[in-house]
Amino acid sequence: MIVYVARRVLYALPILLGVNVITFVLFFVVNSPDDMARLHLGSKHVTPQAVENWKSERGYDKPLLWNDTQAGSARFTDTIFYRNTVKLFLFKFGQSDSGRDIAYDISQRMMPSLMVTLPVFILELLLTISFALSIAVLRGTYFDTWAVVLCVAMMSVSSLFYIIGGQFLFGKVLRLVPISGFDGGSAALKFIVLPVLVSVIAGLGYGTRWYRTLFLEEINRDYVRTARAKGLSERAVLFKHVLRNALIPILTGVVVILPTLFIGNLIIEAFFGIPGLGSYTIEAIQSQDFAIVRAMVFLGSLLYIVGLILTDISYTLADPRVRLE
Amino acid sequence: MQPILLKTDVLFFVLLAAAAVYAWHARRHEHLRAPWRQVARQPLGMAAAVVLAAYVLIALLDSLHFRAAPAAAGQGGGAYSRDINSVFDVLVAPLRDGVERTYSAPFAAEAYAKEIVELADGSNSRAYPRLEHGGAHLRDPASERGPDIAARLIGGILIGVALALAVGAAVVTACARKAHAPWTATALAMLRGDGQVPWRAILGTVLVLALLLGCGIELAPYYHVFGTDQVGNDVLYQALKSIRTGLLIGTLTTLVMLPFAIVLGLVAGYFGGWVDDAIQYLYTTLSSIPGVLLVAASALMLEIYMSRHADSYASLAARADLRLLALCLILGVTTWTGLCRYLRGEALKLRAVDFIEAARAFGVSHGKILTRHILPNIMHIVMISIVLDFSGLVLAEAVLTYIDIGVDPSMDSWGNMINGARLELAREPVVWWSLCAAFVLMFALVLAANIFADAVRDAFDPRLRDME
Repeated sequence: MIVYVARRVLYALPILLGVNVITFVLFFVVNSPDDMARLHLGSKHVTPQAVENWKSERGYDKPLLWNDTQAGSARFTDTIFYRNTVKLFLFKFGQSDSGRDIAYDISQRMMPSLMVTLPVFILELLLTISFALSIAVLRGTYFDTWAVVLCVAMMSVSSLFYIIGGQFLFGKVLRLVPISGFDGGSAALKFIVLPVLVSVIAGLGYGTRWYRTLFLEEINRDYVRTARAKGLSERAVLFKHVLRNALIPILTGVVVILPTLFIGNLIIEAFFGIPGLGSYTIEAIQSQDFAIVRAMVFLGSLLYIVGLILTDISYTLADPRVRLE
Repeated sequence: MQPILLKTDVLFFVLLAAAAVYAWHARRHEHLRAPWRQVARQPLGMAAAVVLAAYVLIALLDSLHFRAAPAAAGQGGGAYSRDINSVFDVLVAPLRDGVERTYSAPFAAEAYAKEIVELADGSNSRAYPRLEHGGAHLRDPASERGPDIAARLIGGILIGVALALAVGAAVVTACARKAHAPWTATALAMLRGDGQVPWRAILGTVLVLALLLGCGIELAPYYHVFGTDQVGNDVLYQALKSIRTGLLIGTLTTLVMLPFAIVLGLVAGYFGGWVDDAIQYLYTTLSSIPGVLLVAASALMLEIYMSRHADSYASLAARADLRLLALCLILGVTTWTGLCRYLRGEALKLRAVDFIEAARAFGVSHGKILTRHILPNIMHIVMISIVLDFSGLVLAEAVLTYIDIGVDPSMDSWGNMINGARLELAREPVVWWSLCAAFVLMFALVLAANIFADAVRDAFDPRLRDME
């Protein structure tokens, strides 16, 4: 298994390189360093000297991909692409275009993101699986039909409405929790209750329906009939057999998002003013700070790939028949 | 009158034409007709289809753009008006032209906030001024408004019932002629719910839509049914105009991504080897970038590119149109990977199937095998993915527009309406109707799309549940 994981990690390197090429093309070829400089320095009264200074401060005065003025391998290494890529691979995110230390920002903003995404993840998983199991028990009845209709209806409401509705109802009308904002320590609790609640409710319809189909597929298998024929109670069948066997498809969807919990939920954080990595990214997008967006894209892809590897490992834990080779 | 074809219009018409060609093709082939017949037997699915058809009709009318003819040929050299209108704008002209000064509540005859008005005797007073259009035909709104609305509602219901009866009669006539059965017997069978097509569900939905249309015809020219927004535009009009934006995003994005997904997926699965490796690498890389970030980064770049070339667009509408198209492109590029992976897997399986091996043994060229033998066998997956993706894309538009990377702010879209509503909810008293209108129209569309997608998937391939 160690060999397998090592190979997967090696395989991840070209993918991360590809991610870098894509972001590089987006950020440096479509939009040249000169344009970036003008964007940040303002359009009026900018001397060519100021633009040059801005570029050289950030190392953007080098050629993009190929440096003709150098000799040997430096032709390739003394370029913006090489330098940026190497820095990202070494996790040296450097400074944002407005001069802040990105690595420090990320370390500061990771916790608020996790404080929202982790409870959402756990609650969502527990609720959707238990709802789906109870629907699966009552399959074929009116309850089943209407529960599915309700799920589809809940899926059809834009997440924006859940957020705005939640803020309006709990924040403005009932005044139970603050509408948005954040505070450190235990005071954070009252700020994260609403975002967590809203995200859980928003994901409930889709999740429940998804797990219901998973369970129904398992329930029609032969081993379930055998278990019932043995005289096992419905509860034992569901929890010991169906749930256990549905674990592989559940893990496929769940483990991969586990690492990406770190980068937070963009929309929720933007709406509720939570100073996490999601709102960090949104702010960077809106202020057109490429260094931050690039770092976040790299980090996001890295975590996704880690999630894929973890998924494979989790298969071996859930199902002893799975061998990673 | 000078017709104008915006770029998205062209693509939308191409899409509708493609759908028509597919329908004609499907009618002639039993293996395609059978699953569609199964879709047509599901009451819920057919009701959803009727709602979707109504949305498509509005979007279609809203896509027929033109510029008004010069008012008088003699004056000013007869230049065409700069405003681009659509046929839909003409149909709902009272809605579009009934612009107030600022907010007004649904069905209001007076403004939402007090203003200083000049009384008849010349003195000033703070009062709720009358609206210029909403309820302008009433002499005394306080006493006349309720009865007037009720009377118009009854009129609208009558119109709606009449419309629905007309449609029902036409359907019965067509069915009776086709089955060579007497008219009354056909109508009774339909009412009883006999036969395989769930006419009761279909005609029931038609009745609901007809009632809405009837009430709209009666009420909308005299009142602002969903109120007006900050600059006094009718909210119902905006919400209806947003239908085109939502539908275009949902359909054009798929149109953009299909060629990538189909060609790359089939080629990867069929040829294998280094081609497969390269294509797998491509889509793994693209899909490992978090979706929102890739869309955001691309949209950001687009914005900068467009602001640098701001002078190369003929009009504001053309600019907004181009941005919509670009958004579809960006969303398409970021969403094709899922379908591509599926098609690769299918092609991989099909490659080893006997009839493909036979074709290869007979010396059929690779191109022909791919287009004649493999493509028809994966089209149902493409079909399902089109309908499944649609609702997600409509929802994505609102979210992306909210974080400023969606459609142009000048364009009517549900995302823009929700974006504006956020501040309105913080006002005192609350302005809720913009959000409400966007919610109702968006919910109806997405719900119908979801239900229809389920029906299509169940009919074509019930095993494809995990494709979402």
